[in-house]
Amino acid sequence: MIRPSRNHPGFWAFVAHRVSGVALALFLPLHFLVLGLALESDAALDRFLTVADNPVFVVAEWGLVTLLTIHLGAGLRVMALEFLPWRDGRKGLIGLGAIAAVVVGTIFLLQIG
Amino acid sequence: MTPARLFLAQRLTALILVPLVLVHLALILVAVEGGLSAAEILDRTRGSAGWAAFYGLFVLAAATHAPIGLRNVIHEHTGWRGRSLEIAMIGLGLLLAGLGLRAVVAVVAP
Repeated sequence: MIRPSRNHPGFWAFVAHRVSGVALALFLPLHFLVLGLALESDAALDRFLTVADNPVFVVAEWGLVTLLTIHLGAGLRVMALEFLPWRDGRKGLIGLGAIAAVVVGTIFLLQIG
Repeated sequence: MTPARLFLAQRLTALILVPLVLVHLALILVAVEGGLSAAEILDRTRGSAGWAAFYGLFVLAAATHAPIGLRNVIHEHTGWRGRSLEIAMIGLGLLLAGLGLRAVVAVVAP
C-alpha cells in the first residue's frame, strides 16, 4: 500500500516553508512602505508605530517573526538536504526548526509585553 | 533566465540572507522591548554606513529571492505559465527592490 505523503513530517515542512514564504513576500511591500514614512517625517513613522501598539498588530507582528524563523529553519533544511552529505536524523532538522520558531515567537511576546 | 540559473540565484541569495535574517531577528527581539519608537529606530540607523550596507544587501537579496520563490509556488500550484508570469515576477522584484531601497534611504539618510 502506498502511504499518503501527508503522513510524513517532510510534507509539513514543505507546506510550512511555502506558506511562510508567500506570507513574507506579501508582507514585504507593506513593511517597506511603513519604513518609508520616515522620509515624510519622524512623526509620521511614530504615528504608525503608535497604531501598531494595538494588540491586533502585536499578534500580526508575532506571526511574522515566527513565520520568518520558520522560513529560515525550513530553508536551512532544504539546503542541508541538497548540499550536505545524506545522513540519518533528517527529521530532527524539522523539529529543530519548529522549536526555534516557537522560542523566537515566545521571546518576542515576552519582550513586547 | 534558465531554470538552473534561477535555482542557483535562489540558493545564493538564501545563503546571503541566512546571517542577515539572524541579525534582523536578534535585533527585533532586543528592539521591541518596551515598544518601538521612531527615535529609537532612527537613532540607530541615521548616518550609519554599516546599517545602510546591511539593509541595502538585505533588500537586494530578498528582492531577488522572493520573486523566484513565488514563481515556483505559482508554477507548481496554478496554471499560470510563460512570459506573463516571468514579466510579473520581474516586476515584483523591481517593486521590492525599489520600495526596499527607498525604505533604506528613509532610515539611514542623515
